[in-house]
Parts: sequence; C-alpha cells; structure tokens
Amino acid sequence: MEKRVVFRSAWLPYLLVAPQIAITIIFFFWPAFQAVYQSLLSQDAFGLHTEFVWFENFKTLFADDHYLLSFQTTAIFSLLVASLGLSISLLLAVAADRIVRGAFIFKTLLIWPYAVAPAIAGVLWAFLFAPSIGILGYVLKQWGVPWNYMLNGDHAMILVVVASVWKQISYNFLFFLAGLQSIPRSLMEAAAIDGASPFRRFWTIVFPLLSPTTFFLLVVNIVYAFFDTFGVIDATTQGGPATSTQILVYKVYYDGVKAADLGGSSAQSVILMCIVIALSVIQFRFVEKKVQY
Amino acid sequence: MVENRPWMTAFYYVTLTLGVLVVAFPLYVTFVASTLTLEQILSVPMPLIPGDQFMNNYSQVLTGGSTRGASAPVGRMMLNSSIMALVIAFGKIAISIISAFAIVYFRFPLRNFFFWMIFITLMLPVEVRIIPTFKVVADLGMLDSYAGLTLPLIASATATFLFRQFFFTIPDELAEAARMDGAGPMRFFWDVVLPLSKTSIAALFVIQFIYGWNQYLWPLLITTQESMYTTVIGIKRMISGGDAATEWNLVMATAILAMVPPALVVILMQRWFVKGLVETEK
Repeated sequence: MEKRVVFRSAWLPYLLVAPQIAITIIFFFWPAFQAVYQSLLSQDAFGLHTEFVWFENFKTLFADDHYLLSFQTTAIFSLLVASLGLSISLLLAVAADRIVRGAFIFKTLLIWPYAVAPAIAGVLWAFLFAPSIGILGYVLKQWGVPWNYMLNGDHAMILVVVASVWKQISYNFLFFLAGLQSIPRSLMEAAAIDGASPFRRFWTIVFPLLSPTTFFLLVVNIVYAFFDTFGVIDATTQGGPATSTQILVYKVYYDGVKAADLGGSSAQSVILMCIVIALSVIQFRFVEKKVQY
Repeated sequence: MVENRPWMTAFYYVTLTLGVLVVAFPLYVTFVASTLTLEQILSVPMPLIPGDQFMNNYSQVLTGGSTRGASAPVGRMMLNSSIMALVIAFGKIAISIISAFAIVYFRFPLRNFFFWMIFITLMLPVEVRIIPTFKVVADLGMLDSYAGLTLPLIASATATFLFRQFFFTIPDELAEAARMDGAGPMRFFWDVVLPLSKTSIAALFVIQFIYGWNQYLWPLLITTQESMYTTVIGIKRMISGGDAATEWNLVMATAILAMVPPALVVILMQRWFVKGLVETEK
C-alpha cells in the first residue's frame, strides 16, 4: 500500500524513525548478532579461554539426550495447551454468542484472566495443587490419588498445563467470539429453515467459517506455550521434577544463567529464533492469503 | 436468535456459568487465603470462607513485605510496576506512532529497509535473546535502573503496524487539504493524525500496560536490589521454598495486589481492550 499524498523533507523522516531504529539496533539486532556469534564459540569453565568452534555447539546439542528430551517435552506441553485451550474457549464462545441476557456480564467475567501475569497464574495454581496444604491437592488425596507434583513428573505437567490454559482461555475466547459474530446470521437462518439441528449447523457452517480464526489462534497458542509460559514454569516447577517440565525456553535460561554454559545456551537461542521466525512466516503468509470459503 | 430451543439455551447458560466458576475459583481461594492467618491456611483443608485478617495482611505486605522471605515492602514494588508499565506503554506508543507516520507519509531512501528492520523484531521475544540482551544492558550500566527495566522492551513492531494500518485508512483528501492550507508535516501530525488516532492509542495502551506490568523474566534478570523489584518478582521472592515455610497469607495478599491494577484496566477499558487485541493481531 502506498499513500498518494506525501510530504517532502530531507531530514524529518529520519528524525522520526530514529528513536525506534536506535532501540531496535541496540536491544534487538546487536544481541541477536551476539547470540549467533556466541553460539559458534566455546568457552572454558572460567571464561579465560575462548575458541571459535563453528557448529560444534549445535552438534553437541543434537547429540545431547537432554536437549532432545526437552524438545519432546515442549511438543507435548504446547500440544496440550493449544488443544485444551482452544476447545474450552470455543465451547464458551459458542455459548456466549447465542445467549441474549447477561452476555456482557459473562464476557467480563471470562476475560479478566488476560490481565494476570503468567508467573502469578503459576503461583495461584501451585497453591491450589500444593501437595500438603493445597485445597485441590487435598481433594485429590481424598479421592485416593497420591497427588504430588513436586515428585511426580506427570503431575507437574498437569499443573503447568492447567495454569497455562487457564490464563490463555480469555484471549482465545475473545477471538472466537469476534469470529462467531462476523458469521452472517442469514446462513444460520437458512440452514435452520432447511431443518438442520444446532449441532449439524455448527459442524457444517460455523466450524468451517471459523477455520481462519482457529488456525490463527493455533499459531498464537503454540508461540504462547513456547515462550510466554516461562513465568508459569519458573514460579511452579522450575522445570522439575528432574527435567519433566523443562521446555526449550526454560532450558535456554537454565543453561545460560544457572549453569553458565554460554555457547550451548546461545546455540539453543539461535534454534529457538529459527522456530519463531518459521512460525511467524507461516502466520504472515496465512494472514496475507486468508483462507476463505 | 435463529429459533427457540429452551434446552439449548439452558445448556448455553450452564456451560457459561461453569466456565465462569472454574475461571474464578483460583481468584476466590486466593482472596480467602489473603484474609486468613498462616495457621488457618496450614490447617488442611483450609477454610473457604474469608477470615478477619484482611487489614493485617494487606498492611503488612504493603509496608513491610513478608517476614521470612524478601522483606521489601510491596507498596514500593507496586510503584516500580506502575512506572515500568506506564513508561513501556507510553514509550511504545510515542516511538511507534512517529515512526509509522514517517513510513506512511514520507518517501525517502531506506524507507523499506527501516520498515523491514522493525518488522523482523516482531519475531524475537525477549526470552530467546536474554543473555546477550542482558550483557548489552550491563555494559551500558543500566542494571537495577528504570531505564534498564523499560528501554529494551519499548521497541514494538506490533504498535508500529497497528498505526501503519490505521494511517492507511485516513483519507488522502485530509493530507491534501492540509498541504493546500500550507500546513507542514508536523502540523498535520499534531492537528489531524493524532486526534484521529485516539481510539487506537487507547486500545494499545491497555495491551501494552498489561504487557509491561506482567513482565517476569526481564526484571528477574536485571533487578538485584529489593528496592527495584516489581510486584510479580516480589511474589516469586516471597516463596521461600516448602509449603510450610512460605507465608502463604502474605503471598496471596501480594498476588491480589499484583492482579488488581491490570484487571481494572482490562475491565474498565473493555471496549478499547477488545478492539486493541483483535486489531493488533491481524
């Protein structure tokens, strides 16, 4: 897109973009370049000796079972977060779209978790699920479940998934609702006159027409599960027990900050950047084309 | 309404009520816990009716923090969080609106190059470049400072995009008329573009305020002094490890305090929030 009417000035546009470009270079490009450079270096434990090793760090990573395991953990985690989050919010959005009375109240009561920081969502659910004092931990024990997320990896995974989904429902809900409200009523009315039941209408009309929104949300939720859930994990399980909830972004932080393995951590950063860029390209191309029926 | 089916309507209301209850349950328990004594919380199962320690717990955390973990007062943390959220929100809006204005209303060499530079940053969350960014901020001597907390998070491709999209919808006739009347680009910006952008600014403000208030990893890395903690970090530091060692009543009071400002912004500015959310992500 281009504007037909433009202003002319030899220096003004540069002055206007200068603040943003300066911040972008100092805090984005320079660190990103550093990450790529560091990922090609190897440092000894005391940081005294640095050597240029080409792709050695990447080779070590992909030969490392822990790293591959972290990939697997991330895949399971993000699939669970995306599928549960999307299905629950779709159900709620369909219900909110159909009702007349109280729609605004229900909407308000469903969207506030968007304002909760992921780390706080983690603290809240960790408190509820605490093995010794948590109210849900207590209920589970009454039912005979030997609940302890601090010792059992599956329990830890359930905890971080529940906390992450809970925080993300409001976001998905709003987008589904906006998508549902843009579906022409005449289509639904025509189908109803032809005798299609509400379920049939949902599967043959609403769901296909909603597919662009669903696809968009799928990408957003995967990105969310990959990166934004760092707070949830750090506030609850810290990647544990053992490494059962150590997703990729947590491993970058752990290896770089706690274990001080700069080369390895930078190599992981570079791999993560590639994943983000791939996801963004998929999304961008999709947004440009817009799947339509 | 397409047709009247009482059973379906009932099903919708039941679904929504269940949804609201599940969403609200953690908040309710948190609030109850923030009004109890630690002993009451540790007596399993904890009571589910609010206690009488509301004033005690909240005044304790606001002025003195927890007694066993970090002892920084939460009042100070709320101030830090507010400064961080407001500087990030207004800073992002300010630098994005002028760069979008330059990119849309001027044709100059390198224009596309700048646009792509900004676009690429859309793809790089802080989490993937933490250590090098930390190093840059450390080299600039900005650890434990408001500048260090906010500047690295202020560049926003999202906001630039939103303004760019919006500027394209402003009719060309307005710019033409302004030019004919002899207004320069900055005059046009102040008198026409800025007033027209009010709704977009409000929408972005909500999104970015929440983004700034809820930052976790970045303040965790660069704040070491208790006086620079944000509220979200403060909670993490109060959890000293072990269910019994943590003063859950105070942690939960702090959690409520950390949730109230962004939740108020979302609820009170709901209309702009929904608009901002749906539009920034297009």
